[in-house]
Amino acid sequence: MKGITQLTGRGISIEGNDIDTDRIIPARYLKEITFSNMGKYPFFDERFDAHGNSKNHPFNEARFQGASILIVNKNFGCGSSREHAPQALMRFGIQAIVGESFAEIFAGNCTMLGMPVVTLLESEIQQIQKKVQDNPQIQLTLDFLQKKLLMEHQPWFEFQMHPSRYQAIVHGTWDSTGLLLGNLDKIKQVAQQLPYLNHFQMFKT
Amino acid sequence: MAQNTLYNKVWNAHVVDRLPTGQDQLFIGLHLIHEVTSPQAFDMISEKNMSILFPQRTFATVDHIVPTTQQTRPFQDDQAEAMMGAIEKNVKKYGIQFLNFESGLQGIVHVIGPELGLTQPGLTIACGDSHTSTHGAFGTLAFGIGTTQVRDVLATQCLAMDPLKVRKIEINGKLSKGVFAKDVTLFVIQKLTVKGGLGYAYEYAGEVFSSMNMEERMTVCNMAIEGGARVGYVNPDTTTFQYLKNRKFAPPSNEFDQAIKYWKTVASDLTAQYDDQVQWHASEISPVVTWGITPGQSVGVSDRLPDPSEMSPEDKKLAELAYRHMKLSPRHPILGTPIDVAFVGSCTNSRISDLREAAQIVRGRKVSKKVKAFVVPGSQQIKKQAEQEGLNHIFMEAGFEWRHAGCSMCLAMNPDKLQGDQIAASSSNRNFIGRQGSQEGRTLLMSPAMVALAAIEGQIRDVREVYQ
Repeated sequence: MKGITQLTGRGISIEGNDIDTDRIIPARYLKEITFSNMGKYPFFDERFDAHGNSKNHPFNEARFQGASILIVNKNFGCGSSREHAPQALMRFGIQAIVGESFAEIFAGNCTMLGMPVVTLLESEIQQIQKKVQDNPQIQLTLDFLQKKLLMEHQPWFEFQMHPSRYQAIVHGTWDSTGLLLGNLDKIKQVAQQLPYLNHFQMFKT
Repeated sequence: MAQNTLYNKVWNAHVVDRLPTGQDQLFIGLHLIHEVTSPQAFDMISEKNMSILFPQRTFATVDHIVPTTQQTRPFQDDQAEAMMGAIEKNVKKYGIQFLNFESGLQGIVHVIGPELGLTQPGLTIACGDSHTSTHGAFGTLAFGIGTTQVRDVLATQCLAMDPLKVRKIEINGKLSKGVFAKDVTLFVIQKLTVKGGLGYAYEYAGEVFSSMNMEERMTVCNMAIEGGARVGYVNPDTTTFQYLKNRKFAPPSNEFDQAIKYWKTVASDLTAQYDDQVQWHASEISPVVTWGITPGQSVGVSDRLPDPSEMSPEDKKLAELAYRHMKLSPRHPILGTPIDVAFVGSCTNSRISDLREAAQIVRGRKVSKKVKAFVVPGSQQIKKQAEQEGLNHIFMEAGFEWRHAGCSMCLAMNPDKLQGDQIAASSSNRNFIGRQGSQEGRTLLMSPAMVALAAIEGQIRDVREVYQ
């Protein structure tokens, strides 16, 4: 797979800490046995009331349609391990998420789909959120080689990325199955050494 | 950097290789699957024409979508039926053991793994469910994973993983009567916050945890993830070994002594080093009730709700959202909060000891007329055991409904849902907005005994009064 070195797009901001994956996608939409419809559901209960009427939410606003870089705050994606959450965001059109911090299972799930998650400081995120709110047309560029977030006519920000997630994104190795299966002999070796798979023979007196 | 902890030992024993990404390729000793997060993974396997490397190390059950009232097939809910059909097809195609209704061993995946002796000290365990941390109660490293990772485990029995730091959480002393494992785990989250565990494995140590039985330890580890820690564990000891003896998939009697020898080696050394350590005393912990929309927004049952004006700006914002959703008021006591629904169940608190505690509160009393109360045992085996002990009669005579095993109203993927803005006293693990099936629904998390008492009184009461 080809690595991602740069992404450019408009931003969309979801404010608040500890936004859990139940809020990103309510459990009732996990009853579909494929991910293909997930793009319809991100933040569903925050976007629509029980009667299906639209509520005030950035994902509903015309001015943010087509945005591809999601800006969030702390511990985004906490709670359930449901991959439906990043699938929903990705299939809605989000290509990267920029935030203060991420729940680990969520960040891992995003990476496995080739959707980068990068972190910036609280004050920097607040500045970017404000810019995006004030001017939804502003173009954001994530330059992964320089680890910089650039905005038109603005100073750039240097972002952080977890080293292994960075490697996977930049080198296009997020689909890990092939990588893991490449070590087939070593996998079998470990299995032969684990006491619990071998009747605990090595602990016989 | 942590050294000579259980985390280090178990991790190192399972490292297959260092990957080019810098991650470790970790062998997974036991893989558990259920109907919700596995169908897409099987599709990926099938599309790429891959096979399953160790089919005998994956075990399947159904829990999330199963109805708890009437379980005849086809299910009334077409989507639930489709999920059931998909897992039945996949386990058959790939030769995976399926703990289905007919086996008599079906139940919540994190309840049956331990119950069947599949969960053993020193293992790495993975499951497409964040509450996989539960299995850490046995001294395992147990990871909640996403569906694409489920595919990896099916195809390679491995995961690409980043190492964690280790925080030792030590609580000494003796819990007072009426304070349960649930209160301990909610207390820890309240102190360390819901994001305090990011990047960490939690080792629970000290007298409080070593004197707990296995079911209580499971309750604690179950909610490590609510504190942001993907993994939580307790070092294995005699309590662990005793629990495992004679269980269906535990080492047979002629291997059991050897197994114990191995299990003892994986416990953290006395000289182990940790990345971080925190300590509390059991006397600081009282029955805990959540009032907000994260498991960290909680108070002791006799405390007043916090005042957002005294909080940091970011906590304040979340608290204000929580108060709006919960329709509760700052500075008011949580005691006396009226409830509409009482739910005893979930992978946190649906085991036999939980049901016994709740039944003891309920015995000879009646559920408040305005409360809908129900008990959902964690597995078919627990249900049977409870019925042998007559707990079902105690519950039903009091006005509780007695259901079949499943996840039920913990996440409301089956017909058990809150209606409108109903407020539930719940023994489950998450009070997120919409979690229990209604976007305006409200959840107060607490121990099963506290739920039972709330059902009787129709409002939040302090369970310690009952034991006096």
